[in-house]
Amino acid sequence: MNIVVCVKQVPDTNEVRIDPVKGTLIREGVPSIMNPDDKAGLEAALRIKDKTGAKVSVITMGPLQAEEILREALAMGADDVYLVTDRAFGGADTWATSSTLAGAISKLDYDLIITGRQAIDGDTAQVGPETAEHLDLPNISYAQEIEVDGDEVVVLRQYDDRSHRVRAKLPVLVTALSELNKPRYMTPGGIFDAYREKEVVQWVREDIPVEDENIGLSGSPTRVSKSFPKAVKEPGMKIEEGVEESVQFIVDKLKETYIL
Amino acid sequence: MTKEYKGVYTFAEQVDGELTGVSLELLGKAGDLAADLDTDVTAILLGKDVADLAKVLVEFGADRVILYENDELELYTTEPYTQVVAAIIEEYKPEILLIGATAIGRDLGPRIAGRVHTGLTADCTKLDIQEESKNLLMTRPAFGGNLMAEILCENHRPQMATVRPGVMVRKIREENRTGEIINFDYELERNNKFVTVEEVIKQTKSKIEIQDADILISGGRGLGGPENFAILQDLAEAIGGEVSGSRAAVDSGWIDKDVQVGQTGKTVRPTLYFAIGISGAIQHMAGMEESDYIIAINKDPNALIFNVADVGIVGDLFEIVPKLTESIKAERAKQD
Repeated sequence: MNIVVCVKQVPDTNEVRIDPVKGTLIREGVPSIMNPDDKAGLEAALRIKDKTGAKVSVITMGPLQAEEILREALAMGADDVYLVTDRAFGGADTWATSSTLAGAISKLDYDLIITGRQAIDGDTAQVGPETAEHLDLPNISYAQEIEVDGDEVVVLRQYDDRSHRVRAKLPVLVTALSELNKPRYMTPGGIFDAYREKEVVQWVREDIPVEDENIGLSGSPTRVSKSFPKAVKEPGMKIEEGVEESVQFIVDKLKETYIL
Repeated sequence: MTKEYKGVYTFAEQVDGELTGVSLELLGKAGDLAADLDTDVTAILLGKDVADLAKVLVEFGADRVILYENDELELYTTEPYTQVVAAIIEEYKPEILLIGATAIGRDLGPRIAGRVHTGLTADCTKLDIQEESKNLLMTRPAFGGNLMAEILCENHRPQMATVRPGVMVRKIREENRTGEIINFDYELERNNKFVTVEEVIKQTKSKIEIQDADILISGGRGLGGPENFAILQDLAEAIGGEVSGSRAAVDSGWIDKDVQVGQTGKTVRPTLYFAIGISGAIQHMAGMEESDYIIAINKDPNALIFNVADVGIVGDLFEIVPKLTESIKAERAKQD
């Protein structure tokens, strides 16, 4: 059985701070990490490998430094890793990202594809389902449990107030929640092998079977026209009135802010 | 090419035959956008035995409902829902399609966008029509909410957005409003992308994580004792929020550590945060100052909490909170 896991290197948004004077994002010194949902997806794949001896391939798209998370994936136990990297892929929205990833995945053997539900820098949750669409596969989102049963997969799929146990015939793409499991640590031997023995395969534009109009900035249906930091808070107002007036004041404010 | 696409469409999500709140909120926003574009609002309603809901959608602002019923659509699964909505897009060519950013909408949206080759903006908190171009301007938070981005989809149609629940405002229901209801004719194509739902597991009482709550009613030392948290609970139920508290309340054993807000508790950023009888120790503020809107009630006019509050009320919480609960209930009753 072949499992392909998609991962993304992201800035640890818990560490992102706003410059209080300029009101801009401070990115310096913010550590880059493997996106948490993706890491849970990788762990799920490695657990299937532990049980069944499946082969786990890991793929990422990003700049050259994204190699770090692929080395981490190797040290955790992945079999081979692929870095899709080219200026031509830069500036991609979820549509162009997913068509590029689908092109890359189509070069590999796969029965099961696992992606994270969403990346903490974008929070869109779109790349997984869109990749499945480009590959003409079913997708099962928001996996709380993943189990392989012969040539089928059984996934506990989370909704807002319930879960569905969903069965589907492989090949399938599953998107994983970080609550799925607690990812293993890299082992010292694993780290040694990841850097000394194993290879990160690099794929550039020519290696990926995808049309020019579906990649990068120009292949992206959406574009960011402007970004700005969340408004810095002004000091609020304070009133000291009777009970009725106070209550009415709060109700009016809740209406103004559309909460009521 | 984009010119032939017309009308503002919404996906009317229903679960167990009940419309989700965001479905009604989308109609409110769609009405505003349609007015700016001089067009009308169409709701797409899919499911099994859901025809009754079409009338409700009209009463909340849909000018037209495209209805498709099929036993296969009783429970949401990705492929059949995607197929039908994609077929509706192909036939009716909407200019804009809005979907609630729920666990269903965030699965369906990207699948449709992928199929019809258009852009999709996730989790929008603001939608406007650009004046000159008449394009949809979609605003969403990024970088864990540290940054806001304005996004356009200029050359593809429909312009698609998922919209965060609780952000847009539903219209007041008009009982006698009329609209057109169209039964969409389509034959589902069974393919490799169909999956089987073997079991539905409903969470009878989900354990609430206060970080996930949209509205928090937080109490502190000023509450005076555990029994008094009942008035916060009443307010929480009236407004649709959860009760949390300060370290003082937790250390006194009045509420669970699970719901403690602050440096040593949890960091929260709800849409609305009530700080009631909380003085505003720095350690508490570190956990809540990024809330979108903060209302503080405290009898001490010099309480530090007023420095971060959008609205500060100096007064007796035991008098104000129960009255506030009554007023909110009355407002809600008026709106329904």
